[in-house]
Amino acid sequence: MAQALRISETLENAPVKAKASKVQVFYGAKQALTDIDLEIPQNHVTALIGPSGCGKSTFLRCINRMNDIIDGCRVEGDITIDGVNIYGPGQDVVQLRARVGMVFQKPNPFPKSIYENVAYGPRIHGMAANKKQLDDIVIDSLTRAGLIDEVKDRLDAPGTSLSGGQQQRLCIARAIAVKPEMILMDEPCSALDPIATARIEELIDELRNNFTIVIVTHSMQQAARVSQRTAFFHMGVLVETGATEQIFTNPKDTRTQAYITGRIG
Amino acid sequence: MVSDHIVKSFDDELNQLVSKIAEMGGLAERQLADSITALSRRDEELANSVIEQDARLDILEEDIDAHVIRMLALRQPQALDLRAVIVALKISAELERAGDYAKNVAKRALTLMQTPTVGPAANTIVRMGTIVGGMISNVIDAYLHADTIKAKEVRARDHDVDQIHTSLFRELLTYMMEDPRNITACTHLLFIAKNIERIGDHVTNIAENVHFLVSGENIAEDRPKSDFSSSTIVAVEDKAK
Repeated sequence: MAQALRISETLENAPVKAKASKVQVFYGAKQALTDIDLEIPQNHVTALIGPSGCGKSTFLRCINRMNDIIDGCRVEGDITIDGVNIYGPGQDVVQLRARVGMVFQKPNPFPKSIYENVAYGPRIHGMAANKKQLDDIVIDSLTRAGLIDEVKDRLDAPGTSLSGGQQQRLCIARAIAVKPEMILMDEPCSALDPIATARIEELIDELRNNFTIVIVTHSMQQAARVSQRTAFFHMGVLVETGATEQIFTNPKDTRTQAYITGRIG
Repeated sequence: MVSDHIVKSFDDELNQLVSKIAEMGGLAERQLADSITALSRRDEELANSVIEQDARLDILEEDIDAHVIRMLALRQPQALDLRAVIVALKISAELERAGDYAKNVAKRALTLMQTPTVGPAANTIVRMGTIVGGMISNVIDAYLHADTIKAKEVRARDHDVDQIHTSLFRELLTYMMEDPRNITACTHLLFIAKNIERIGDHVTNIAENVHFLVSGENIAEDRPKSDFSSSTIVAVEDKAK
């Protein structure tokens, strides 16, 4: 109980990093999300769960305006990060995506060397004044992503020469190289075996010390393992959100109960 | 026991669970020892302290319950980890119950302070308490070191406790037959002996849980049963001898 209390207390006291208010998303005439209100606590992992088509990935992609690039997609409502509406006028989307990194379902390293994969972002954002600084960023990012020991002798090898789990950690290194504040993860382990998955989960647990993480996952077990806060989406509605422990031991809504116990999907 | 989990916080949670069990074991052992000291020294203050301290065991048990539910829901433990979590839940329940018996010994010790001493029965109870206290300590050691041999030794030790209980039962019946004025004190002493004997049984269950934790199997061989108090009759002729 002490442990459980400690986690929920840190959750209660955590500052709100991002906040969605009355978010609605339409793909053409079809409404994908209705009135989503959700607070994302800083330096915690928030898991978005729900059956396919429930809108959890759509919501995730609103947080760094990835939906802007989809034709016919319209987002209404506000999403603030540190109190500033990211859909407000004058918001620089490129800058936003540097602050809010993303890791995708399938590892997608650039067809470049391991080094270049990580160096690319910091270079285009002008984060390094010289080669030494860039080297430091690359090494630091690979270290934080828990990949350095496996790649330090072959930084010039193609990123695609790594195993799936290593590629995904490379993508995480690439995401953190530009020093984001938040990292969005869309099913980051669905293409990985259980051991590679456990490595990523351990990594997520470490990364939350420095970043605010939002993860979409099909695996309720993974949500239970990695997150401190869980939000359950169903048919475009946010049904319930709460401390992960509460959602998985005593959900309040019967739909959440039915979903996490395998009765609806 | 085995190598660490890739997810370190999983190990942290398992280790916390083990420490909580160790803490409960230490507390239960002390509660029993103190209740018996309170009885033998007629120490009212100590008896009251045992009664008060029982709440700590209850709180620890609730804490372990919550910890286990959390781990089952969030970690989905398997194999050795699953056994570790389930066994912790069961051991904590045994220790909590052992604590209740120690508390009852302390309550009866308070009552006995108002009656005259009966024979040397209290000495036998002290001996029984020392054995059972040692069993608690050893079974927690066995748990902490995944030591099935030690667990089996603890289980075998319960045989001695049962024997002492049976002989104490006969002894107390005899005192009661000698002088009805002994009946009140002897009845309380009988319950005290029974309480300690029951703690021994709970410790035996813990030993069996340790075996299951380590091996994944229940202990095969039957435990020798030596508590014959439930079939003991002290005939009037006995008294005459």
